Amino acid sequence: MTELTLQVVLTVAAALVGTGLFGALSQQSIVMVMMGLELVVNGVILAAGAAWAYLTPQLPGAQVLVLVATVVMAVEMAMGFSVALAIYRARQVDTVDAAEDLAG
Amino acid sequence: MTELLVLAVLGAAAVCTGVLVFVVDSMARATFSLLASFLATGVALLLMDLAYLGLLTILMMTIEMAIMAVFMIMLMMNPAGLMPMTMVHNTRGSVVVGVVAFVVLTVGVWTVDWPDRPGPRPADATAQVGEAIMGDYMLVMIVVGVVLLATMVAGIALATHRGRYDRFGPDLDRDPDDPVRGGLPR
Repeated sequence: MTELTLQVVLTVAAALVGTGLFGALSQQSIVMVMMGLELVVNGVILAAGAAWAYLTPQLPGAQVLVLVATVVMAVEMAMGFSVALAIYRARQVDTVDAAEDLAG
Repeated sequence: MTELLVLAVLGAAAVCTGVLVFVVDSMARATFSLLASFLATGVALLLMDLAYLGLLTILMMTIEMAIMAVFMIMLMMNPAGLMPMTMVHNTRGSVVVGVVAFVVLTVGVWTVDWPDRPGPRPADATAQVGEAIMGDYMLVMIVVGVVLLATMVAGIALATHRGRYDRFGPDLDRDPDDPVRGGLPR
């Protein structure tokens, strides 16, 4: 039963990662791209939590991974909003297609 | 069995609300849909006896999505979804990438021979992670601290309206044209 629960939760995490990848690659709005990335990290958090609960509850490694994923999400949001604000202020750009010249 | 059922329901809720983010017209609704997905994940973590991390996810995401809703309304076109519109590019390629990632991960999940659970969960999972980041995993905590500090500095540098060169121009030796002079004595 434990293994089945782990597999179900990890499948959910895989679905979140897949949905997030779709969103990050398909959306034009900068903030919507960030939402896709957040969904990917959401999947990572769920998978790491399940790994702790059903595989290695005696070891803290998976919990630390959840903590790191949470920090990654906070950093991504802060820097994403800063960049969105800076480019909007400079060029009134709010979609990734309008900033294609940044690709070099 | 009950735990499995509840986790499956929460997982289905997390995925459905996650998909809704990219389906609804309104960007404000998309933000709160994403919040619902995070709340489902947070409750799932609570069910796995991860009290601190589950609560952290719920509280942090609630605040984060509230900030995101403000940005949505401030910057984006059509935040309320009054005019149905889609702002997507390369939909087919994105669907393929998303589905392939899901299938590959799922095949891995169901074919790997997972090890048996080595023992019971500790009585206090929060104490376990607290002792870890203050002991064996302290390097992680140090790196996280530096990264967050760098993020704060970079965030302020990018988001402030004017920088050093707006005040001084290219000649850094002259006094800036501030309406009120800084420094002492005034």
